[in-house]
Amino acid sequence: MRVAPKEIQTFRDDFTYTNSPEAIQRFPFPFPEDDYRYSVNMEPHTPKGGEGSAYEKFLDIDEHYLSEMKERSLVLQDMPHRCLAMEHMDLACWDMIERCMVSLAEDYPEHFVLECDGDNWIWENKLLNQKDEFVFGDSSTLPVPPMEYIGRQVQGDFALLDQREGDLFLDAGIITCPADWSLAFDAGMNFTEWHGPVPMAHSEGIFERALKYLTAIQVGNPVRRMNWTMTVNARMDTSPETYHEWGHERTSVTPENVAEKVFLRVELQVLDRMPRSNALMFSIRTYLMSLEDIVSNPEWAKRMHRVMKTLPEPLIDYKGLSRYHGMVVDYLSQFDKAN
Amino acid sequence: MSSDKITVVVSAIEQVAPTIREFTLTSKDTTLYPFSPGSHVVVEMKGESKTYKNAYSLMSDPWDTDAYKIAVRLQDSSRGGSVYMHAQVEVGDELKITPPANMFAPEWGAKKHVLIAGGVGITPFMSYLPELMRRDADFELHYLYRGNNTGAYKDELSQELGARYFGYDSVQGEKCDIATLFAERLLGTHFYICGPESLIEGVKTLADECGVPASAVHYEEFAAPQPGMPFEVEIKSTGAVVSVGAEESMLEALEAAEIEVPNLCRGGVCGQCVCQVEEGEIEHRDHFLSGAEKAAGTAVMPCVSRAKSKRLVIEI
Repeated sequence: MRVAPKEIQTFRDDFTYTNSPEAIQRFPFPFPEDDYRYSVNMEPHTPKGGEGSAYEKFLDIDEHYLSEMKERSLVLQDMPHRCLAMEHMDLACWDMIERCMVSLAEDYPEHFVLECDGDNWIWENKLLNQKDEFVFGDSSTLPVPPMEYIGRQVQGDFALLDQREGDLFLDAGIITCPADWSLAFDAGMNFTEWHGPVPMAHSEGIFERALKYLTAIQVGNPVRRMNWTMTVNARMDTSPETYHEWGHERTSVTPENVAEKVFLRVELQVLDRMPRSNALMFSIRTYLMSLEDIVSNPEWAKRMHRVMKTLPEPLIDYKGLSRYHGMVVDYLSQFDKAN
Repeated sequence: MSSDKITVVVSAIEQVAPTIREFTLTSKDTTLYPFSPGSHVVVEMKGESKTYKNAYSLMSDPWDTDAYKIAVRLQDSSRGGSVYMHAQVEVGDELKITPPANMFAPEWGAKKHVLIAGGVGITPFMSYLPELMRRDADFELHYLYRGNNTGAYKDELSQELGARYFGYDSVQGEKCDIATLFAERLLGTHFYICGPESLIEGVKTLADECGVPASAVHYEEFAAPQPGMPFEVEIKSTGAVVSVGAEESMLEALEAAEIEVPNLCRGGVCGQCVCQVEEGEIEHRDHFLSGAEKAAGTAVMPCVSRAKSKRLVIEI
């Protein structure tokens, strides 16, 4: 069963965020093997896992929809520059509007309704109690710029990558729940530049292969990959801009609270070619799950223990886990006695 | 990368010049994708003895999702594709095409766009123009053609673009002074060239001499793979040996032998079909590999390149 959006919970201050048993059951657990290694782990973004799975629809709307939209508006209120679109990306933003609205209306007709009469569109978002009329392609007919307009209605971060010179450039996005990267800092960078901080993978030639693959993604053939890290407390906005608010929380982890305080943070990333602009839409849908909830599934508990135990030092460091990685391994070891 | 083919119906054919036919393709079951200016589709043509796959630029308005238009010039040394399109295809026929892909998109950060078309090389620019005008972009079109033979769209373009249109009829002895275009360019101008290899090479050399940065010069060659000497290609891992005839490309020969090679442009540009070379001498004809890579002789683009030796051993 698909999870219905529930009441607003918080990703800051008192952290009231919780996962229901249904949300735990459909959590996109990211480790297919017992040890973790880098790979260009991309696959076609086609439905997988049956009804209610996180991979069932092009965009996954779940019980946290209202909470995440509220969190996004709080971030944008403080820091409007967390959403930006360079002038030449206007058409790409409209491509994104079309892609999102058409798929949402098809996949969740109970929540979203789209009526198109030529370029005159009427969009209704019943979850946010919002109904707008606009002219497709004419940004002046929207209440806010197009990237912000659609970004405030979809879970997860979105970037639009301009493709030129055989490379991809990060020229637009709405990034309010990043795993420690900044849109303002990366804006305008090419693929190699914005991956600069990633350890190990550069020498393995992974980025060259990935770029070649990405620039050849064709219309109608989206691909996905998973990424993961860990976060202390259920904090969506772990951005460099707010580092002073969350960085120190890593020191608050103790053997006693590690299970409830440390969250596995999974990103379901989808890349989709935008037809009119030739841009690539890069969506990063983030799922947070406490260790406590993870270990409710014995297979996950065992698997995660093995992955954590074999994680290479440079990755522990890069993912910001150094301070509490040992405690995570110790905690998980009780569920994997054989190892 | 493979992708789902789209079935289209030929809904109109127009002879726009003695050697150029324009085809209107309407979708059979689903609506067509909008596309970005400069996109092409690969048209699959089931001939009697073989299946032809040729890439053609889309020349309709990118926002028009009812129909696509392509123009096909009957090539002098046609390996069958253009002959098939001219002689076999009739209104009402079905064809399979790939979704649009783009190797020749406008650089939207440019301050000004200068389009230079040679003959049927006008086709990708036909999809540029509606979008340039929608964006109110600064642009001009230079159209080089040979009388009515290849100047299929000169009258309508001249009328539509007015002062932004410059036509050069070589039959009348009219020449485009590209060196002056380069010399008088505004900073931030991007140049786009589509036409025969001789035009592209000429413009690239001139651009270099005039100090125009390579990143501001974009080109798309309208070249079908050229014939050459027959040779054999061996797949190292499987030991399979495929004969490549004089008139077919290595990619086509591999496909005919049911050996899958990822590909997109089939013209030596996109880089998708690159194969590792273990043995044999390569005749590089692509625009993807760097000079150093070509010299190393360890990679080949089977869509256009061939063997100099009798045998090539590759890995896909």
